[in-house]
Amino acid sequence: MIKGLTWLIGFQLLGEVVVRLLDLTVPGPVAGMLFLFVFLRLRKPAADAPVLRAGSGLLRHLQLFFIPAGVGVVAYLGVLGDDWLPIVVAMVGSWLVGLAVVGWTAVGLERLLGEPRDDQPVGAR
Amino acid sequence: MTSAVDSLLEVARSPLGLLGITLGGYQAGRWLQRRTGEHALAQPVLVAIAIAGVAIELLDVDYLDYRSATEMIAFWLGPATVALAIPLHKQYDRLKGFVVPLVVAVLLGAVASITSAVFLARWLGADRALQETLSAKAATTPVAIGLTQSLGGIPPLAAVFAITIGIFGAIAGPTTLHLLRIRDRRARGLALGAVSHGVGASRMLREHETEGAFAGLSMGLSALAISLLLPLLALWLW
Repeated sequence: MIKGLTWLIGFQLLGEVVVRLLDLTVPGPVAGMLFLFVFLRLRKPAADAPVLRAGSGLLRHLQLFFIPAGVGVVAYLGVLGDDWLPIVVAMVGSWLVGLAVVGWTAVGLERLLGEPRDDQPVGAR
Repeated sequence: MTSAVDSLLEVARSPLGLLGITLGGYQAGRWLQRRTGEHALAQPVLVAIAIAGVAIELLDVDYLDYRSATEMIAFWLGPATVALAIPLHKQYDRLKGFVVPLVVAVLLGAVASITSAVFLARWLGADRALQETLSAKAATTPVAIGLTQSLGGIPPLAAVFAITIGIFGAIAGPTTLHLLRIRDRRARGLALGAVSHGVGASRMLREHETEGAFAGLSMGLSALAISLLLPLLALWLW
């Protein structure tokens, strides 16, 4: 467990260092994710390798790690005040627009390029 | 009697007590998720936020004190984000033939979500600082904060917006994708990761490993796309 976590933190550190050296706005963990992906492609570790077990263990509880930041939303609710209407409409509206644009573009291009699809089985929700 | 109550309250307000409330709230959320047969509203993160939010209100704990007490939990978001490479690695074969659709979709999606947020907010009378703060909300929280800061928006509010839209996506994402008739698993993950970042990815990981893997990738690429495109779009938007 600790060995796997050490690997993950190592890649996060690598991400932080590269992001700072290149002065990127991307967060260190996101860069670390891309480095770990390249590493896993090159090394192809066994399914029970420590880094895979620790990482899968953390991902099962991904929602837990958002709670401290999320409680800040409750603390901020009162501040929204008169601006709640533009906030709610802009948030939900642009969420829907973004979701549709990304989804339809990806599916449309697959069709256009004659690429194989990866559809859910019929009847699944 | 009073002193017993006081010392109980003191324990509840201590970092250990606040950690216990947070973990307990999360477990209550997981229990509710199982009991309701994975109902979309029963997201453990939402239940835990409600429980912890009410608890710190009742205990009269300042949010900043709560935040530092639970830093130990928030810390693991970094390594967990790194770990999103793992489902992607396992789903590597599914990247073939999807790279061009993926890149184009993420770039178009970043432009669409930035501009639609700004125009909707402006239409309803939001001031410029609020428009700027809303423009970055689709990005993962640290990116949203950083971009809002450099634009001149309100950084703490950016964090609130990013996390809120993440939770909204975790609740409403799969149903909305169904209504939009998007059935390709890779496109589904890609779409939700682009607008609801890591919290959206956490829901997609429960739906299907492919959807979770592409949501994680999409979160990373969208963070990149939004941070490159927002400064350019800002020249035209304001």
